[in-house]
Amino acid sequence: MPAITHHIPDEMIVAYVSGSLPHAFSMVVASHLSYCRDCQASLGAHRAAGGALLETGEGVAVDAGLKSKVLAALDAPAVPEPVYEAKGIYPGPVIHSLKGRPPRWKTLGMGVKQDILFEDSEGSARLLFIPAGQAVPDHSHNGLELTLVLQGSFSDETGQFGVGDVEIGDENLEHTPVADAGDPCICLAATDAPLRFRAFMPRLLQPLFRI
Amino acid sequence: MFDFLAPRLKGFVIRCGARPALAEEIVQDVMLTIWRKAALFDPHKAQASAWIYQIARNRHIDIVRKESRPVPDELGEDPGTEPDASQIIGLEQEAEQLKHAIAQLHPDQKEMIVKAYMGDLTHQEISSQTGLPLGTVKSRIRLGLGRLRKELKGLR
Repeated sequence: MPAITHHIPDEMIVAYVSGSLPHAFSMVVASHLSYCRDCQASLGAHRAAGGALLETGEGVAVDAGLKSKVLAALDAPAVPEPVYEAKGIYPGPVIHSLKGRPPRWKTLGMGVKQDILFEDSEGSARLLFIPAGQAVPDHSHNGLELTLVLQGSFSDETGQFGVGDVEIGDENLEHTPVADAGDPCICLAATDAPLRFRAFMPRLLQPLFRI
Repeated sequence: MFDFLAPRLKGFVIRCGARPALAEEIVQDVMLTIWRKAALFDPHKAQASAWIYQIARNRHIDIVRKESRPVPDELGEDPGTEPDASQIIGLEQEAEQLKHAIAQLHPDQKEMIVKAYMGDLTHQEISSQTGLPLGTVKSRIRLGLGRLRKELKGLR
């Protein structure tokens, strides 16, 4: 695999570590971290800072009965949590969201497909399937968009993005990503606002496809 | 361990915004997880307090969001890098320096950092310049992940 050249910015890793990052974006960050030793090292460093704050902060007395409650609970059999590991091209966090099932692709036209994995008031995350040579409709963003490549690669005005690379789009990025030759490009994309397509028709279709 | 850790955890969870009753519940869950998962903790990769910090934040967020947090896959160590004790000592030294650096911070700066790591700031609000000497900690952790160590071997 070629080296990862497009990373997650440090402040976003802090937001992920501390839990303030919306769930949809956390899915992309955790997926990028599943490929990238550099960002895992940053993650470790920020956890160390969090740990230092935990250790040096003021304590608050716990309930007198808490210790015996914990000890009693230790004797009870633990319910094992399901473990979702990477499978095929999909990293663990994507498999987790798919609950282990294969993606359920829905056609968007021109061979482009999507599977919406998660949606809440703060944002949504989807898998995108783009055939080689195909462009994602020209669009700009109302808010933040993170796009992580899981298979193949795409290129746009800002550069080339291969497996493990993440592109960060905001209001200032107006771009036309095109899937490169070779395997179809499969991405995990998260947005906190609907994308604005420039062409008239796709905008009408946006509510239908929830893009 | 319980008597040392539980009050610190409770103070921490309350500063993260939990009401005292919820804080007790989170402390109980976190203490249980620490005991049950102790075998999974690798001191070559992290400080115990860093590991506990993440367990506490994850538990709190899982309860608030009712959605279990996405967790990255483990990246195994490169073949041919075996853990050694100097790595653990190195990480401990870095953690001590980090605590010292936090204690030295200007109160305003410290407040921002506390908020950032307690999940009280959005990513737009978190400045990339936290003022913490994380570069050396990061190198140590990467050392634990194997790659830098191999590079250092190549330089010798």
